[in-house]
Amino acid sequence: MPVSVSTPVPVPSHRKLVKKLIAVVALSFAFGFAMVPLYDAFCYVTGLNGKTAGGAQTGIFGLGGLRSRAAKTPPSSIDMSRVVTVEFTGTVMPGLPWEMVPLTPSLDLHPGELHQAKFRVQNLSDKTIVGQAIPSITPGLAAQHFEKIDCFCFAQQTLAPGETKELPLTFIVKPEVDKDIRTITLAYAFFNVDDTKSVNKDQVSR
Amino acid sequence: MNTTTINGAAAHHDHDHDHAPAGIMRWLTSTNHKDIGTLYLWFSLFMFFFAGALAMVIRAELFQPGLQLLQPNVFNQLTTMHGLIMIFGAIMPALVGFANWQVPLMIGASDMAFPRLNNWSFWLLPAAGTLLIASFFVPGGAIAGGWTMYPPLFMQGGIAYDMSILAVHILGISSIMGAINIITTILNMRAPGMTLMKMPLFVWTWLITAYLLVAVMPVLACAITMLLTDRHFGTHFFDAAGGGDPIMFQHIFWFFGHPEVYIMILPSFGIVSTVIPTFARKPLFGYVSMVYAVASIAFLSFIVWAHHMFTTGMPVAGQLFFMYATMLIAIPTGIKVFNWVATLWRGSISFETPMLFSLAFVFLFTIGGFSGLVLALVPVDIQLQDTYYVVAHFHYVLFSGSAMSIMAGVYYWLPKWTGHMYDEKLGKLHFWLTTIAFNVTFFPMHFLGLAGMPRRIPDYSLQFTDFNKIASLGGFLLGASQLLFLYVVIKCVRGGEPAGNRPWDGADSLEWTQTSPPPYHSFVTPPLVK
Repeated sequence: MPVSVSTPVPVPSHRKLVKKLIAVVALSFAFGFAMVPLYDAFCYVTGLNGKTAGGAQTGIFGLGGLRSRAAKTPPSSIDMSRVVTVEFTGTVMPGLPWEMVPLTPSLDLHPGELHQAKFRVQNLSDKTIVGQAIPSITPGLAAQHFEKIDCFCFAQQTLAPGETKELPLTFIVKPEVDKDIRTITLAYAFFNVDDTKSVNKDQVSR
Repeated sequence: MNTTTINGAAAHHDHDHDHAPAGIMRWLTSTNHKDIGTLYLWFSLFMFFFAGALAMVIRAELFQPGLQLLQPNVFNQLTTMHGLIMIFGAIMPALVGFANWQVPLMIGASDMAFPRLNNWSFWLLPAAGTLLIASFFVPGGAIAGGWTMYPPLFMQGGIAYDMSILAVHILGISSIMGAINIITTILNMRAPGMTLMKMPLFVWTWLITAYLLVAVMPVLACAITMLLTDRHFGTHFFDAAGGGDPIMFQHIFWFFGHPEVYIMILPSFGIVSTVIPTFARKPLFGYVSMVYAVASIAFLSFIVWAHHMFTTGMPVAGQLFFMYATMLIAIPTGIKVFNWVATLWRGSISFETPMLFSLAFVFLFTIGGFSGLVLALVPVDIQLQDTYYVVAHFHYVLFSGSAMSIMAGVYYWLPKWTGHMYDEKLGKLHFWLTTIAFNVTFFPMHFLGLAGMPRRIPDYSLQFTDFNKIASLGGFLLGASQLLFLYVVIKCVRGGEPAGNRPWDGADSLEWTQTSPPPYHSFVTPPLVK
């Protein structure tokens, strides 16, 4: 059983400890923000977030999707031994009165073959609107082996009131793609460029 | 030793008025750890009933298929706010309330290290709570995208979304200040002779929890700050239109979110580790292994976050890592469960209300732990993601885990806090009603989830009707039983059999050397611990 003591006990300094604890708080706050470039770097190496080749290197905040460049290397060979299914989907984000339909819902192909897929977009409003498509590939690991030779997502698209356009995409699934990947989904999301912030416009118009 | 006269008819915090202003100013300006602990506990009880009422409406809507009472958007607001308020408004403040009351008493300190900071930590909470509740009444209603606040949905809402971000920021600041206060108190103000390894286990669990808070609450602040700047200041952290990535939010959020679930359960472990030895009349089995188990659970909580995200398209290597890391947590948790059971072994056990709640905790939390192991398996999780199985799992760890251990703690320390014994008969009735109703409510949800019923949807297919009816009936009983809890607490505060210094003959920590209720300023001269 404890008993009371009357002599005052020396108390260790609160100030020192609190300084350390505040440093921990500051460090973990900084770490939270550091996760942004770390994540981009990690995704660039692994292709984890489904951004296509050449994407993440363009900016620390991963503005890559807007500036994806055409692949330079020709396909090395065609792997006739297996078939990969590529599926296409298209979404129009809120604020863009367009309709987007993949004319090629899916393609069965041998890795290394050059293929083209088409999307139809229509402006449902009575105004001229500029849109920008952002691609995403699932599974993410396939992204680094999915090369777009030419894509409507490389530039902004302008549609007059009621106008319908067919947008082509030429691509190669490289033979290096993992053997376990049998289906790749390419999803486009169309955004209204006038809505999104001016940063975007600068990026694309360059 | 300091003693005070106890006024049996007065409110339980109503003794030793020296230096304290009367009326509301006493509570607004109080820097006394006991006052602030009481405020925390009442605040969390209020929020518990508020968020519980939301759950009652959810269960009423789910009583039968089809849309009965609510529009889907309102239903989503209810599920979101039920989760957010229960976590940040009920469970966390309740546990901080325990820390405020018990940590100084258990380590023989006269008060918390920073009494004014303590006052501020608490009074931030009503502000945040008001913001959250008020968000129901702004145009567009409260946030409706789930308590996890995932973008892009979170980007699209109205003013309520900004109010909730602000509220969570305030709650985070309060938690961080509370944690700094608790760590400083525990490390610097222990009574002479009380080495770290002599501290009661409750104090140990709170020390580790406070470190978790300091480490991860700032990360949550980061994530929601980015949400805010994405919404209003033209950044594109999570906005795919600007090249951001919504999945990144999930990584940052769950880096906070997984330690957060241990923030809510570790102090509960501490409460149960205090109650079980008392009523088994044996010292806690394996004290040292308990401390190391808590520490390793805290460490592991930092490396398992992506198990909440198995369906986001992670490479197999990542899935395997997070699966195995998650399953590793079963080892320290198993050690704890083993130690609790071994403490009971050959003890002379009596079954007062706190003990009943603690025993139910051990049993039901273990069920929740097992369903957690099931969900850790990647192929199973991909099937069960966002189904009622997950809802069953986290209610088994959060209700029968955290909430029921909080009730155990309330019954255990109410005699100390108020000076009166609670009504044992009503307490036991509350226990049995709660435990039975809890299982009636949540056990069928395992079956619903395995059969594929998705969570956060106000309507369901006909084949799910029976189990949903059972769950709803159980839910209503569970909600009603908590009114009994409120009654027992108020009755005990207002009067009852005098508790004496040590109502539990098996209790041996320092708070039982004080009178019940303890003097307003206890341990003015520190006790000597041998």
